[in-house]
Amino acid sequence: MTDTIEKVSIIISKGSLEGIYPGLIMANGARAEGIEADLFFTFFGLDAIHKARHEHIKLATVGNPGLHLATMLGGLPGVPSVMTHYMDHKMAKLDIPPIPEFIEMIADTGAGLFACKASVDLFGLDKDDFIPQVKDIITVGEFYGLAAGAQIIFT
Amino acid sequence: MTTTTYFGTEVAVDAEGFFTDPGQWTEAMASQIAAGEGIAELTDRHWQVIKFMRHEYEEKGGAPNVRALAKTSGVPIKELYQLFPKGPAKLAAKIAGIPKPRGCI
Repeated sequence: MTDTIEKVSIIISKGSLEGIYPGLIMANGARAEGIEADLFFTFFGLDAIHKARHEHIKLATVGNPGLHLATMLGGLPGVPSVMTHYMDHKMAKLDIPPIPEFIEMIADTGAGLFACKASVDLFGLDKDDFIPQVKDIITVGEFYGLAAGAQIIFT
Repeated sequence: MTTTTYFGTEVAVDAEGFFTDPGQWTEAMASQIAAGEGIAELTDRHWQVIKFMRHEYEEKGGAPNVRALAKTSGVPIKELYQLFPKGPAKLAAKIAGIPKPRGCI
Protein backbone atom coordinates (compact mmCIF):
# COMPACT_ATOMS: atom_id res chain seq x y z
CA MET A 1 0.00 0.00 0.00
CA THR A 2 1.57 3.28 -1.11
CA ASP A 3 1.29 6.63 0.66
CA THR A 4 -0.77 8.35 -2.02
CA ILE A 5 -3.91 7.30 -3.86
CA GLU A 6 -3.17 6.70 -7.53
CA LYS A 7 -6.59 5.85 -8.85
CA VAL A 8 -10.25 5.91 -7.82
CA SER A 9 -13.27 4.13 -9.26
CA ILE A 10 -16.43 5.93 -8.22
CA ILE A 11 -19.90 4.43 -8.43
CA ILE A 12 -22.93 6.70 -8.66
CA SER A 13 -26.10 4.77 -7.89
CA LYS A 14 -28.63 7.50 -7.10
CA GLY A 15 -30.65 9.85 -9.22
CA SER A 16 -31.23 12.77 -6.91
CA LEU A 17 -29.25 16.00 -6.92
CA GLU A 18 -27.68 15.28 -3.57
CA GLY A 19 -27.13 11.67 -4.59
CA ILE A 20 -25.19 12.56 -7.73
CA TYR A 21 -23.04 15.54 -6.80
CA PRO A 22 -20.78 13.88 -4.20
CA GLY A 23 -19.50 11.34 -6.73
CA LEU A 24 -18.87 14.08 -9.27
CA ILE A 25 -17.01 16.24 -6.78
CA MET A 26 -14.89 13.26 -5.81
CA ALA A 27 -14.07 12.44 -9.42
CA ASN A 28 -13.23 16.02 -10.33
CA GLY A 29 -11.26 16.48 -7.12
CA ALA A 30 -9.31 13.33 -7.83
CA ARG A 31 -8.37 14.52 -11.30
CA ALA A 32 -7.31 17.90 -9.92
CA GLU A 33 -4.88 16.07 -7.63
CA GLY A 34 -3.51 14.05 -10.50
CA ILE A 35 -5.36 10.91 -9.40
CA GLU A 36 -6.84 8.77 -12.17
CA ALA A 37 -10.60 8.42 -11.97
CA ASP A 38 -13.41 6.38 -13.49
CA LEU A 39 -17.10 7.01 -12.94
CA PHE A 40 -19.55 4.16 -13.09
CA PHE A 41 -23.26 5.03 -13.26
CA THR A 42 -25.78 2.46 -12.13
CA PHE A 43 -29.50 2.35 -11.34
CA PHE A 44 -30.89 5.83 -11.01
CA GLY A 45 -27.42 7.24 -11.39
CA LEU A 46 -27.92 6.64 -15.12
CA ASP A 47 -30.12 9.74 -15.17
CA ALA A 48 -26.97 11.82 -14.75
CA ILE A 49 -25.65 10.66 -18.12
CA HIS A 50 -29.04 10.31 -19.85
CA LYS A 51 -29.46 12.92 -22.60
CA ALA A 52 -33.14 13.54 -21.93
CA ARG A 53 -32.89 13.50 -18.16
CA HIS A 54 -29.58 14.95 -17.09
CA GLU A 55 -30.84 18.52 -17.11
CA HIS A 56 -33.78 17.65 -14.88
CA ILE A 57 -32.17 16.09 -11.84
CA LYS A 58 -34.13 17.03 -8.71
CA LEU A 59 -33.46 17.32 -5.02
CA ALA A 60 -35.23 14.62 -2.98
CA THR A 61 -37.74 16.53 -0.86
CA VAL A 62 -39.76 13.63 0.53
CA GLY A 63 -38.46 11.37 3.25
CA ASN A 64 -35.18 13.29 3.24
CA PRO A 65 -34.43 14.07 6.90
CA GLY A 66 -31.27 15.96 5.96
CA LEU A 67 -33.36 18.59 4.23
CA HIS A 68 -35.11 19.53 7.47
CA LEU A 69 -38.35 19.91 5.63
CA ALA A 70 -41.55 18.21 6.81
CA THR A 71 -42.37 15.33 4.49
CA MET A 72 -45.92 16.56 4.10
CA LEU A 73 -44.61 19.88 2.82
CA GLY A 74 -41.97 18.23 0.69
CA GLY A 75 -44.65 16.20 -1.03
CA LEU A 76 -46.71 19.17 -2.17
CA PRO A 77 -46.85 19.70 -5.94
CA GLY A 78 -44.07 21.91 -7.20
CA VAL A 79 -41.93 21.74 -4.06
CA PRO A 80 -39.20 19.52 -5.54
CA SER A 81 -38.82 21.89 -8.49
CA VAL A 82 -38.72 24.98 -6.30
CA MET A 83 -36.20 23.47 -3.88
CA THR A 84 -34.05 22.22 -6.75
CA HIS A 85 -34.11 25.63 -8.36
CA TYR A 86 -33.08 27.22 -5.07
CA MET A 87 -30.23 24.73 -4.65
CA ASP A 88 -29.08 25.28 -8.26
CA HIS A 89 -29.02 29.00 -7.62
CA LYS A 90 -26.93 28.60 -4.45
CA MET A 91 -24.49 26.32 -6.23
CA ALA A 92 -24.14 28.66 -9.18
CA LYS A 93 -23.06 31.37 -6.73
CA LEU A 94 -20.27 29.09 -5.55
CA ASP A 95 -19.31 28.32 -9.12
CA ILE A 96 -20.36 24.69 -8.77
CA PRO A 97 -21.39 23.70 -12.29
CA PRO A 98 -24.79 22.14 -13.09
CA ILE A 99 -24.70 18.38 -13.57
CA PRO A 100 -24.49 18.21 -17.38
CA GLU A 101 -21.66 20.75 -17.51
CA PHE A 102 -19.90 19.16 -14.56
CA ILE A 103 -19.94 15.72 -16.16
CA GLU A 104 -18.65 17.12 -19.44
CA MET A 105 -15.88 18.87 -17.51
CA ILE A 106 -14.97 15.65 -15.71
CA ALA A 107 -14.83 13.79 -19.02
CA ASP A 108 -12.52 16.53 -20.34
CA THR A 109 -10.14 15.92 -17.45
CA GLY A 110 -9.62 12.43 -18.81
CA ALA A 111 -11.82 10.48 -16.39
CA GLY A 112 -13.65 7.49 -17.86
CA LEU A 113 -17.46 7.48 -17.82
CA PHE A 114 -19.25 4.14 -17.88
CA ALA A 115 -22.84 2.91 -17.66
CA CYS A 116 -23.87 -0.25 -15.88
CA LYS A 117 -25.10 -2.88 -18.32
CA ALA A 118 -27.53 -4.49 -15.88
CA SER A 119 -29.26 -1.17 -15.23
CA VAL A 120 -29.24 -0.27 -18.90
CA ASP A 121 -31.00 -3.56 -19.67
CA LEU A 122 -33.38 -3.10 -16.75
CA PHE A 123 -34.52 0.31 -17.95
CA GLY A 124 -34.53 -0.65 -21.61
CA LEU A 125 -31.92 1.92 -22.61
CA ASP A 126 -29.07 1.88 -25.09
CA LYS A 127 -25.92 3.84 -25.94
CA ASP A 128 -27.89 6.44 -27.93
CA ASP A 129 -29.72 7.51 -24.78
CA PHE A 130 -26.48 8.59 -23.19
CA ILE A 131 -24.27 11.62 -23.60
CA PRO A 132 -21.40 11.09 -26.07
CA GLN A 133 -18.76 11.24 -23.31
CA VAL A 134 -19.86 7.83 -21.99
CA LYS A 135 -17.09 5.46 -23.00
CA ASP A 136 -18.91 2.17 -22.77
CA ILE A 137 -21.69 0.13 -21.19
CA ILE A 138 -19.97 -2.43 -19.01
CA THR A 139 -20.77 -5.30 -16.68
CA VAL A 140 -19.89 -5.37 -12.99
CA GLY A 141 -17.08 -7.82 -13.76
CA GLU A 142 -15.63 -5.45 -16.33
CA PHE A 143 -15.94 -2.66 -13.77
CA TYR A 144 -13.87 -4.67 -11.32
CA GLY A 145 -11.29 -5.20 -14.05
CA LEU A 146 -11.09 -1.46 -14.68
CA ALA A 147 -10.96 -0.79 -10.96
CA ALA A 148 -7.89 -2.97 -10.42
CA GLY A 149 -5.46 -1.14 -8.18
CA ALA A 150 -7.99 1.61 -7.53
CA GLN A 151 -9.87 2.69 -4.44
CA ILE A 152 -13.53 1.91 -5.05
CA ILE A 153 -15.91 4.58 -3.78
CA PHE A 154 -19.60 3.82 -3.65
CA THR A 155 -22.06 6.69 -3.59
CA MET B 1 8.70 23.91 6.45
CA THR B 2 11.88 23.07 4.62
CA THR B 3 14.07 24.69 2.03
CA THR B 4 15.15 23.59 -1.38
CA THR B 5 17.34 25.09 -4.05
CA TYR B 6 16.30 26.28 -7.47
CA PHE B 7 18.68 27.88 -9.89
CA GLY B 8 21.28 28.21 -7.20
CA THR B 9 18.99 30.08 -4.80
CA GLU B 10 17.65 28.59 -1.63
CA VAL B 11 13.87 28.99 -1.21
CA ALA B 12 11.42 28.05 1.53
CA VAL B 13 8.85 25.42 0.64
CA ASP B 14 6.15 23.54 2.50
CA ALA B 15 5.93 19.77 2.92
CA GLU B 16 4.50 19.34 -0.57
CA GLY B 17 7.05 21.57 -2.23
CA PHE B 18 4.93 24.68 -2.68
CA PHE B 19 6.61 28.04 -2.13
CA THR B 20 5.79 29.48 1.27
CA ASP B 21 7.07 32.87 0.14
CA PRO B 22 5.98 33.57 -3.45
CA GLY B 23 8.28 36.60 -3.43
CA GLN B 24 11.27 34.27 -3.65
CA TRP B 25 10.16 32.96 -7.04
CA THR B 26 11.74 34.03 -10.29
CA GLU B 27 10.72 33.03 -13.79
CA ALA B 28 14.01 31.26 -14.27
CA MET B 29 13.12 28.78 -11.54
CA ALA B 30 9.96 27.65 -13.30
CA SER B 31 11.57 25.21 -15.72
CA GLN B 32 13.54 23.56 -12.94
CA ILE B 33 10.42 23.12 -10.83
CA ALA B 34 8.55 21.82 -13.86
CA ALA B 35 11.27 19.30 -14.64
CA GLY B 36 10.99 18.04 -11.08
CA GLU B 37 7.30 17.47 -11.69
CA GLY B 38 7.82 15.52 -14.89
CA ILE B 39 7.26 18.33 -17.37
CA ALA B 40 10.34 18.36 -19.53
CA GLU B 41 9.69 21.56 -21.45
CA LEU B 42 7.58 24.64 -20.81
CA THR B 43 5.92 25.80 -24.02
CA ASP B 44 4.28 29.18 -24.60
CA ARG B 45 0.97 27.63 -23.68
CA HIS B 46 2.41 26.41 -20.36
CA TRP B 47 3.71 29.91 -19.75
CA GLN B 48 0.32 31.41 -20.52
CA VAL B 49 -1.13 29.35 -17.69
CA ILE B 50 1.77 29.96 -15.30
CA LYS B 51 1.71 33.72 -15.83
CA PHE B 52 -2.05 33.70 -15.40
CA MET B 53 -1.83 31.80 -12.10
CA ARG B 54 0.77 34.22 -10.83
CA HIS B 55 -1.37 37.17 -11.89
CA GLU B 56 -4.46 35.78 -10.18
CA TYR B 57 -2.49 35.23 -7.01
CA GLU B 58 -1.20 38.77 -7.05
CA GLU B 59 -4.65 40.21 -7.78
CA LYS B 60 -6.74 38.04 -5.50
CA GLY B 61 -4.34 36.59 -2.96
CA GLY B 62 -5.08 33.01 -3.96
CA ALA B 63 -4.70 30.68 -6.90
CA PRO B 64 -7.80 29.74 -8.91
CA ASN B 65 -9.12 26.17 -9.00
CA VAL B 66 -9.16 24.22 -12.27
CA ARG B 67 -12.59 25.38 -13.37
CA ALA B 68 -11.89 29.05 -12.69
CA LEU B 69 -8.53 28.63 -14.40
CA ALA B 70 -10.15 27.19 -17.53
CA LYS B 71 -12.87 29.85 -17.64
CA THR B 72 -10.68 32.90 -17.18
CA SER B 73 -7.31 31.94 -18.68
CA GLY B 74 -8.78 30.97 -22.03
CA VAL B 75 -7.17 27.53 -21.94
CA PRO B 76 -9.88 24.81 -21.95
CA ILE B 77 -9.90 21.97 -19.42
CA LYS B 78 -8.91 19.29 -21.92
CA GLU B 79 -5.82 21.24 -22.89
CA LEU B 80 -4.97 22.10 -19.28
CA TYR B 81 -4.82 18.40 -18.44
CA GLN B 82 -2.67 17.75 -21.50
CA LEU B 83 -0.22 20.48 -20.50
CA PHE B 84 -0.18 19.54 -16.82
CA PRO B 85 -1.22 15.88 -16.58
CA LYS B 86 -1.07 15.51 -12.84
CA GLY B 87 -3.53 18.21 -11.87
CA PRO B 88 -3.29 21.58 -13.67
CA ALA B 89 -4.22 23.98 -10.87
CA LYS B 90 -1.92 22.22 -8.44
CA LEU B 91 1.04 21.85 -10.83
CA ALA B 92 0.76 25.28 -12.37
CA ALA B 93 0.64 26.79 -8.87
CA LYS B 94 3.78 24.92 -7.87
CA ILE B 95 5.63 25.94 -11.01
CA ALA B 96 4.45 29.53 -10.57
CA GLY B 97 5.81 29.60 -7.03
CA ILE B 98 2.47 30.30 -5.37
CA PRO B 99 0.67 28.36 -2.62
CA LYS B 100 -1.54 25.44 -3.56
CA PRO B 101 -5.14 26.37 -4.37
CA ARG B 102 -7.67 25.17 -1.84
CA GLY B 103 -11.06 24.25 -3.18
CA CYS B 104 -13.37 21.41 -3.98
CA ILE B 105 -14.32 22.14 -7.55
